[in-house]
Amino acid sequence: MTDVHSIRVTVNGTEHELAVESRRTLADVLRHNLGYTGTHVGCEHGICGACTVLVDGMPARSCLMFGVQVDGRSVETVEALGTPDALSPLQQAFTDHHGLQCGFCTPGFLMLITAFLRETPSPTDDEIREVVASNLCRCTGYQSILRAVRAAADARAGS
Amino acid sequence: MPDAPGSPAAVAAAGAAPDLPVVAAAVTPTAGGWIGRSLRRAEDRYLLTGRGSFVGDHQAPGTLHLVLVRSQVASATIEAIDASAALRQPGVATVITAADLAGVAPLRGVLARPEFVATDMPILAADRVRHVGEPVAAVLADSAYTAEDAAELVEVAYGELTAVTNIEAALAPGASAVHEAAPGNVLVDVTPASSPGLDDIFASAAHVVEVEVSTGRVTAAPLEGRACVATFDERTGQVVLQTSTQVPHTVRTAVALSLGMDEHQVRVISPDVGGGFGQKCVVAREEVLTAAVARQLRRTVTWVEDRREGLTSGFQAREQFYLVRGAFDADGRVLGLDADIRCDVGAYSCYPVTCGVEVLMAANELPGPYRVRSYRARSRGVATNKTPIAPYRGVSRPQAVLAMERLMDEAGRATGLGAVEVRDRNLIDALEFPYRNVMGASYDAGTYRESLARCAELLGYGSWPGVQARALAEGRLVGLGLACFVEPTAYGTASFGMRKMTIVPGYERATVRMDPSGSVIVMTGTHSHGQGHATTYAQIVADALGIDPGRVRLRQGDTELVPHGWGTFASRSIVAGGGAVARASADLAGQLREIAAHMMEAAPGDVELAGGRAQVRGDPATAVPIGELARTAHHAAHLLPEGLGRGLEASSSFDPEGTFSNATHGAVVEISPSTGGVRLVRYVVVEDCGVMINPMIVDGQVAGGVAQGIGAALFEELCYDESGQPVSGSFVDYLVPTAADLPEIEIHHLCTPTPRTPTGAKGMGEGGTIGAPAAVLSAVNDALAQVGASVGRIPVRPADVVAAIAAAGGGRAPGDGLDTGAAPGGPPDGRRKTG
Repeated sequence: MTDVHSIRVTVNGTEHELAVESRRTLADVLRHNLGYTGTHVGCEHGICGACTVLVDGMPARSCLMFGVQVDGRSVETVEALGTPDALSPLQQAFTDHHGLQCGFCTPGFLMLITAFLRETPSPTDDEIREVVASNLCRCTGYQSILRAVRAAADARAGS
Repeated sequence: MPDAPGSPAAVAAAGAAPDLPVVAAAVTPTAGGWIGRSLRRAEDRYLLTGRGSFVGDHQAPGTLHLVLVRSQVASATIEAIDASAALRQPGVATVITAADLAGVAPLRGVLARPEFVATDMPILAADRVRHVGEPVAAVLADSAYTAEDAAELVEVAYGELTAVTNIEAALAPGASAVHEAAPGNVLVDVTPASSPGLDDIFASAAHVVEVEVSTGRVTAAPLEGRACVATFDERTGQVVLQTSTQVPHTVRTAVALSLGMDEHQVRVISPDVGGGFGQKCVVAREEVLTAAVARQLRRTVTWVEDRREGLTSGFQAREQFYLVRGAFDADGRVLGLDADIRCDVGAYSCYPVTCGVEVLMAANELPGPYRVRSYRARSRGVATNKTPIAPYRGVSRPQAVLAMERLMDEAGRATGLGAVEVRDRNLIDALEFPYRNVMGASYDAGTYRESLARCAELLGYGSWPGVQARALAEGRLVGLGLACFVEPTAYGTASFGMRKMTIVPGYERATVRMDPSGSVIVMTGTHSHGQGHATTYAQIVADALGIDPGRVRLRQGDTELVPHGWGTFASRSIVAGGGAVARASADLAGQLREIAAHMMEAAPGDVELAGGRAQVRGDPATAVPIGELARTAHHAAHLLPEGLGRGLEASSSFDPEGTFSNATHGAVVEISPSTGGVRLVRYVVVEDCGVMINPMIVDGQVAGGVAQGIGAALFEELCYDESGQPVSGSFVDYLVPTAADLPEIEIHHLCTPTPRTPTGAKGMGEGGTIGAPAAVLSAVNDALAQVGASVGRIPVRPADVVAAIAAAGGGRAPGDGLDTGAAPGGPPDGRRKTG
């Protein structure tokens, strides 16, 4: 039985109106209805965090939300950060410190940390480690991610 | 970004990374060249901005979603499959079973040697299932949601059989046979070494040390699971399979064989790959199935693995047992080594490397960096009703090193020499290279003793006894562990041929093509999935041609575009792929010199290429931009004599003889005697992989590898209940380490360039994973030795530690302040050393 709802959602500043099945995940809505394929799905049970996006500014696992839950809300995905020609400071710090290898988990980390640095502009190393521990990366061993976050936070503080 | 999913252009473009600058701004090359510099990666900009292209990103309109009905029992006959309820669901196109796949051959990995029993891995199970999660039927529907629902409605009637779920049960007399072809469940049984006189050596040795180690079943768990999209292209008559793989050409071979097609009728495209670590270097039946169904239905079909499938049905690894005895003389020098090794290979043999991959490597490489002159080993691969194994980063080396290092630790205790001295006396010395080991392998030069000395120094080994004693007095159990190893990398065809596989990997081929603008396209059969080849290959090309690496682009992952090659696994790419790239680049540089020499009326040998220009050596007035040479070669070839220009391209292959990286890893742990928890306090790596093309990338590989090794040492295990049900089907149960679980990994380099590769680089992608379990276990046992306890199994679970301490008498040494808490009794650790 399909159970379709009309929703209106703002993604990266652009408003979209679409009909979605009630059970369709936000991740699928973003990726396959709207084409924001930078959001990746790594576990579909809320542990790995690869699918992290910001909903009204707060990090959310888009695999654990339904599309209908963002009706009337604002979503930010990795595509809202910098562009290849103009990386955001956090993205620049990731490339400077080799904070990514295969790049699959990376958008989730970027969104998680973007929200974190907005809320905690001058984090301690322990706070950084704690927030980075929210998501899984299988390639880096995390220390390059930790360095990238430290550098991005320091750059904000210094600018 | 909304793309144009599924259009032929999108499908074709999926294999090629977008053109992006390697470095943000033009950088002036130094006299030292580009090799050896930590350039930012070419791949990063598009991956960081969500512009990557992973298989699961592509869902063209009209795509059929394939969801598998998988066996819920470990061993059974299939009595009946009733798909009628599923077929009645709106949106369900069809349900495919083995009966619908007539003419699709099973995957059959073969070693052509008498010690190996070949078995088939069916694409869908026909009359028999051999592990939970085995694919039984495929539901195809207009959405993944509909297909998931319908899959639950497919009724499979099983006639349950007794499952064998561990090595002991499988080897027991009268055990049920997983395969009729192997009544005793032994699929591989090799004795690759049997030195004469070994029993006499043991009989007369001053010290005989015996250790047992066992290692839990783990899996690579790349963050991107496996995924496929297949179409049938009527224009070309090709099955086009996009798949998340490390080995596009090998997948093409398998699909072509299974579907009975010529290889040119199958095109395999692998765009960005979200990690592989070996799991994607073999061919999965889901890849063949997706291609077969797309051909049969003439529809676009996609299968995207979910994490539960990945953890229960994706290839697994490393469930092994070692019994190793070492004979040592009075000075602690090893005289002989005797090993009995058993690997639980699961229910099927993977293609193409077979279930022998762990079994052979375990026995062949056990002696490692040590001067072992007499050696006997038997190694068996035992079939069980569990998910099949495949290579996982390091394959058997993490376990073999674990066994050898435990032997060395015990020998250090038995002889009183300690961990460093006993290793140092047995490590191959710098003066002995090239060293031919007891198995016939020829090690190129390395820094075995130097890396040990450096690592021990960095860890403060000299003052460790005092540190440890003071900690104990404070009620803290701390331990320092070491692991020395050699990492054989980049086997060539000669080495792989000795395994007797029916297809023999090893070489790599590269085409380097300069366009009329002076930019370069590199095409190789290796397939970077995080290793940064777009960057490192560009550095190699840039040095050879005297151009900026930003002018070099990599094309990979499309069997239609790139030369035949073997993909990225076994720490081979920078050696085999990079070697082929270096050779082809040198050839192309020669062509450029000849064109320049003609234009300058100079001798080719006097022309140098640097800084984007060609000039007569020492005479800047003669400088011509390389772009001008390229333009001339293509657009004004009439100015050149015949045989020069008329295109600018070179292809070359490289078939490495094998090269050997080495490292020592060191770990410091603190153990909570009451909870059994192990906390890593320090982790130090001293490694030597020869010339580093890009040190930043090398460090990234080491750190990531160590993290996986620590995961295997302390956290990760795929558990099964006694009926063969997997019970680690989520990341809640299968504990991939997080940032909170890992220490800073301190990485130090030694550099012994190898003469065996064009660049002097050795492979190094697996080393981190190889050393870590042994270093961690060594540290744990150094800590536990203070209370007379030890453990011999990884992952080292808190309960194992508590039980070991309890078995050793509660761990309360006279006068110490150790809080052993309410340690549950539990059985004594049956794996303790007996030496």
